[in-house]
Amino acid sequence: MELLAFGKTGWGDELFFATLMTLAVSITAMLIGFLFALIFTPLKLSKNKFLNLIGNFYTTVIRGVPELLVIYLFFFGGSGAIMFVASMFGYNEYIEINAFLTGSFAIGIISGAYSTEVFRGAIQSIDKGQFEASKVLGFKKHIHFFKIIMPQMLRLAIPNLSNVWQITLKDTSLISVTGLVEIMRQSYIAAGSTRDPLLFYSFAAVLYLMLTFLSMKLINKLEIKYSRGF
Amino acid sequence: MDLNLMITSFPKLLNASIITLKLLSVSLFFGLFIGLLFAILRLNKNPILNKFAYGYSYIFRGTPLLVQIFIIYFGLGQIEGLRSSFLWVILKEPYWCAIIAFALNTGAYTSEILRSAFQTIKPGFIEAGKSLGISNKIIFYKIQIPIAIKQSLPAYGNEIILMLKGTSLASTVTLMDLTGVAKYIISTTFKPIEVFIVAGGIYLFMTFVIHNLIKYLEKKYSY
Repeated sequence: MELLAFGKTGWGDELFFATLMTLAVSITAMLIGFLFALIFTPLKLSKNKFLNLIGNFYTTVIRGVPELLVIYLFFFGGSGAIMFVASMFGYNEYIEINAFLTGSFAIGIISGAYSTEVFRGAIQSIDKGQFEASKVLGFKKHIHFFKIIMPQMLRLAIPNLSNVWQITLKDTSLISVTGLVEIMRQSYIAAGSTRDPLLFYSFAAVLYLMLTFLSMKLINKLEIKYSRGF
Repeated sequence: MDLNLMITSFPKLLNASIITLKLLSVSLFFGLFIGLLFAILRLNKNPILNKFAYGYSYIFRGTPLLVQIFIIYFGLGQIEGLRSSFLWVILKEPYWCAIIAFALNTGAYTSEILRSAFQTIKPGFIEAGKSLGISNKIIFYKIQIPIAIKQSLPAYGNEIILMLKGTSLASTVTLMDLTGVAKYIISTTFKPIEVFIVAGGIYLFMTFVIHNLIKYLEKKYSY
């Protein structure tokens, strides 16, 4: 138990900050995922065949390829791509990009593919009459989207988005391979230096369980809020 | 684009995907039994068995697969009693550790899928069986299980694809599966995009085949 204490003798404070890091990466990745979903959901719903193909390509490829492979692509490819751009401007030094940003971006792209599917499903299950009615009433485009479609979409999307959040939270454990110190990486370091992997990995499991449990409670509250009136 | 690298790495990656498929099929095989066992426990009226099964699926679905592999591969070796027992023959192999972790993980998800499938069976089917004087055992094997299989096929198909992606984590415990070899080639050649296209293409092909196989089975079992 001393090993998990706070302060210099234990790993408690390190693991606490690692948990915050996991949360930070998960939230950033989820938000980046929303940005991707914002771009790709309209593409998937579009009537243009070419745009449709782009949207389908994104969700199919990302959901069909292991997360770890995507992370390796960004981890090894990210700095290469930036160095290539920099070399065009005559800068030839080695550039190391931030592990937090690469990690969040890689997880964000994955989470975005799942979010896209959720939003697509939610928009498609809104009653057609709602779109027609708002058109007939002559609402401006942004009011049509933000005041009429989005609230209805969110109500339908939140239960599935909570699944996406769970997937994203668990996927962040994979970016420990890039060296970012989140729960998994910190447990790996602690297990290595104390030779007590069973304790630290089990504790990591408890931390993840705590995060999933608490976030489920929060999401349930959101769900109740957005389904008012139904 | 280095086409040459793509061509030379293709056979290596294809060879590695045999290990991926082996990991997938063996862990799905054991996972199905674990899932069935825990689904039955979940539906049991005994509150202790019920809670136990719920806790099992909650823990394995609430933690990342990576943690589960690491606990089994790195953690269990720490227990003195295990190291001296016959189980150590299995637990010292990364291959079997990965399979144990995968099977327990997919077992948890499968138990949820099967549980909801069993719960959606109309009570009328079972009552009809009982009134015809069929024994409980035969009702279970010949009526409940076939219906549950049909009900759970779409969700189970998704689970197979998730598990296929999950097997990539075997590369973290030194196994050279498709992702492991891909990572090795990337880190020796520093050409991530080319390798990603080839390895990702192989994974996509596998998901495509699984997807269509499930679709075919769904059609076959629909009535």
